Amino acid sequence: MNLDHIILTLILLAPLVGAAVLALMPESEGSPDGSKRHAIGALLVTLITLGLTLHLPAHFHYGAEPHTFQFVQNIPWIASPAIRYHLGVDGLSMWLIVLAAFLAPIGVLASWNTINTRTRLFYTLFLLQQVAMLGIFVALDLFLYYGFWELSLVPMTLLIAAFGRTENRRRAAIKFFLYAFIPSAILLVAILWLYNLTGTFDLPILQALAASHAIAATPTALLLCSLAFLVAFAVKVPVFPLHGWLQEAVSEAPTAAVMVLAGKLGLYSILRFSFGIFPEQSRHVAPVLIALGAIGILYGSLIALIKSDLKKLAAFSTLSHVSFVILGIFTFTVLGVDGGVFQILNESLIGAAFFILLGLLYERYGTYDMRDYGGLATRHPWMVTMFVITVLAAAGLPMLSGFVGEFLILSGSMQAVAAHHVLWTVIGASGVIFGASYLLWMIQRVFYGSVGMRPEEVPGWDLTAREHLELWPLTALFLIMGIASPFWIRAIDTYGTITADKPSLFEPTGLKHSETETYSKILSQDVLSGTAAHQEVR
Amino acid sequence: MSTNLLALLPELILALTGVLVMVSEPLIAPGQTRKPLGWLAILGTFASGLAALYQLHVVNASGPITAFYATLQVDAFSVFFHLLIASIVLVTLLASLDYFESPITFAGEYFALVCFGATGMMFMTSSVELLMVFIGLEISSISTYILAGFRKGRATASEAAIKYFLLGSFATAFFLYGIALCFGATGSTSIAAIAAGLAVTRTPLLGWLAVAMVLIGLGFKVSAAPFHVWTPDVYQGAPAPVVGLMSTAPKAAAFAVLLRFLFNATPMYRDHWILLIEILAVASMTVGNLGALLQRDVKRLLAYSAIANAGYILVAFTAAQQEAVSAVCFYTAAYSAMNVGAFIVLTQLSGFDEKLRTIDDFTGLALKRPALSAFLGLFLLSLIGIPFTGGFFGKFYVFSAAVHGGHTWLAIVGLVNSGIACFYYLRLLAALYSRPVTDTIADAPMRRLTFPATIALTATAAATLCLGILPNHLLHLVQRATPETLPALTAAPVPSPLPPYGPAETSSH
Repeated sequence: MNLDHIILTLILLAPLVGAAVLALMPESEGSPDGSKRHAIGALLVTLITLGLTLHLPAHFHYGAEPHTFQFVQNIPWIASPAIRYHLGVDGLSMWLIVLAAFLAPIGVLASWNTINTRTRLFYTLFLLQQVAMLGIFVALDLFLYYGFWELSLVPMTLLIAAFGRTENRRRAAIKFFLYAFIPSAILLVAILWLYNLTGTFDLPILQALAASHAIAATPTALLLCSLAFLVAFAVKVPVFPLHGWLQEAVSEAPTAAVMVLAGKLGLYSILRFSFGIFPEQSRHVAPVLIALGAIGILYGSLIALIKSDLKKLAAFSTLSHVSFVILGIFTFTVLGVDGGVFQILNESLIGAAFFILLGLLYERYGTYDMRDYGGLATRHPWMVTMFVITVLAAAGLPMLSGFVGEFLILSGSMQAVAAHHVLWTVIGASGVIFGASYLLWMIQRVFYGSVGMRPEEVPGWDLTAREHLELWPLTALFLIMGIASPFWIRAIDTYGTITADKPSLFEPTGLKHSETETYSKILSQDVLSGTAAHQEVR
Repeated sequence: MSTNLLALLPELILALTGVLVMVSEPLIAPGQTRKPLGWLAILGTFASGLAALYQLHVVNASGPITAFYATLQVDAFSVFFHLLIASIVLVTLLASLDYFESPITFAGEYFALVCFGATGMMFMTSSVELLMVFIGLEISSISTYILAGFRKGRATASEAAIKYFLLGSFATAFFLYGIALCFGATGSTSIAAIAAGLAVTRTPLLGWLAVAMVLIGLGFKVSAAPFHVWTPDVYQGAPAPVVGLMSTAPKAAAFAVLLRFLFNATPMYRDHWILLIEILAVASMTVGNLGALLQRDVKRLLAYSAIANAGYILVAFTAAQQEAVSAVCFYTAAYSAMNVGAFIVLTQLSGFDEKLRTIDDFTGLALKRPALSAFLGLFLLSLIGIPFTGGFFGKFYVFSAAVHGGHTWLAIVGLVNSGIACFYYLRLLAALYSRPVTDTIADAPMRRLTFPATIALTATAAATLCLGILPNHLLHLVQRATPETLPALTAAPVPSPLPPYGPAETSSH
């Protein structure tokens, strides 16, 4: 059998089998070497998974017909109701899959020393989380997707409950679960209702039905159904004002878990399912979402400005960054959607690096309180370098990846001003400034100035070899993705053009071609005087 | 083999096993372990399950078996419940082999009573004559009354037994009254004759009252609100393995009777009893879930969860017959697997003295007993309704049956309820995996997981996962079980409400 047809199943199976093996490996408490066996096993499994996912970009067919999926596997699973094991990948999900697989070994390395009790439980749950995430990205059957979506809650909840930092862990875990689960129950009703109307859970079929207005229901009912989808996803993103769970979950969860906590799953689901099945309804609510995105950007950065707890600062910084994506994708312009998807990749990588760095500080000094730090730059030259690169990428410095995403999103948002007030774009752009200020202020307070209370008491050490290994791939990617963004955007664009291209309620007509050109122009400015990467665009 | 004997074979084997256990009990000297009697009961239950499989074979080959002047009818429907009850009893017996730590002298009766109870439940599911149903109901009830008070000398146990007995007798009286009214209205107590008689009766009010009375009687047995008040106290006082048994097997039997009665005997009152069912379902789900939110005692929590689950099952009754039957059967099977499993874990953890009571007592259990915690975690996840577990598909089929039956609002009420429900299951789950270990667990003696208990746990866990990953097999069985329940109505077959799935393969290559 051709590898293309089973590669997605293999990608799902690798961590699943790995989790089963780890769960059966006995735990050896006490002996310092033996306790690493689960970590080593998890590292191997995640590296194998990463290797498998690299098959996708290597064999991705860029010239494929729009609206088709690649690497498809489609077999019946349950006869009644008609549920199929239907997996597939397109330009939207391909890099997200690689991203999820790429972050996994880094997550294992980040937990190498911090998790030293109950390693079996930790790495088993970690790999199960991996299965659920990859499953969300590849499932094309609504029912199968829902299965992975709900499943993704369980390992995360248990990771927070079992490995949370403070006594508050149980509360944070339950809060996280309830916030995500209750809207998901409504999502299930919506899925069943759709199934009743159309007789299928299959996403491509539903998409085709929706595109030809063949779903026989009143506009109000369809709008309500689309809202059920959107709210369930928006909670997971989280979109302002549904972010109530974020702060506690972020401050409790261990580094490896917090890296995958917010952002990509919810955003991907909006792009795939809300936009796919409800293109008109999504455009209908777009002005609201654009407003919420802009408010989220501003609100997140303003709150981050006043937080002195680093983890909480990071939580609101995350809120601000995912709000950027919301602002971008709901403009329904090619630039906005492409930029939004690119920003999902970015945000995940930057967030990962940021949380790892915070974890390193905590490992050394045992506190997340910024007021206890200060003057670390001389002691940790490598760490401060990594920190500054990450922060600059997050703040959107040109040449680093954050700039590309934010720039595309804001220009896309500017193009779509017909649909919403230009004020929202202005507010979103101002978020960039506030973002830079809280990040740079944080750098200054932690690394410069007089030596803080905590570093005086505790001797710290600079990055170890393992920590270099965690951070170098991430920081290198910030630079590469900042310079050679078309390499990624080329695949994303195959999704972006078909999504934003649909008959839209507000997009100025006849812009498609000129828009693509503008987009290429902007990119060519972006890639700094047309390096080889430019050739990738067309 | 005579037809009569064949129709009664699983029940006969179980009853004989029970008698044999009783007879051989005095042969074992006082103070010696009663385990051999347990193994005897297990063997008998296993044989009874095999007999049910043989019945299935015969039913498949030559149609439903009727026996004893058409008062018993063995079809795929009753065989399904025979198998389900036999499996529940089997795992319960396996898990209770080592429950009686010291050689307690009355352990022998325990095994016999479980067998007798199962006999009654099986009998209920294959009777198509209400008086016979009543006899089965009594046999099963009396055994469970005694079993509920089996932790002798403890106040809660006596309370459980007395409460269960008094309220249970009251409910059976309602049931009996309903039968009498049926007889008054139609001149018969046989299900087929009632259906024919009610169609031409001149006293429809009498028939309507009869339906209500039967619903009250069976509503008590399945612990549906507002007939649920006994549940928390009885579950708290009864021994853990018995609770696992009595929260599943008698309920399954009662639901089987309810399905037969409502859909086969009183289809013409459907509009009336659907209203009652709706009230019962909403009340059970809401009372169960809200009540469970307030509980700190794990057994009481699971009792309220049982009330809520009865509500979910009742939701399925609002659908058309075929869908209702398959949804109810599937949910009952899934619920049995996860709930019996959860109680087996409780049995293993806290033993005869039941030291671990409240949720806080379970804090940090995963550190001390990782395997048992993992099992309990799986069962809790299934109770929450996480995909890839039996509980998920159970809920899915029940609620989609309601949506198909035009009761979308009931499905929404149910799903909101299962959202609430996840809170209290999760509280227990989070406690299991939290730190630090409580003193209760740290001090509790580590009871080794015995071999029979391991088999029982693995079987329930495997069933929970199988129903979640490959529900096709059971679904096939329960969907086939449906039409044969009502020979009288087969003239008007219920069309499948599911639209056909078009051949829509998408592939880019």
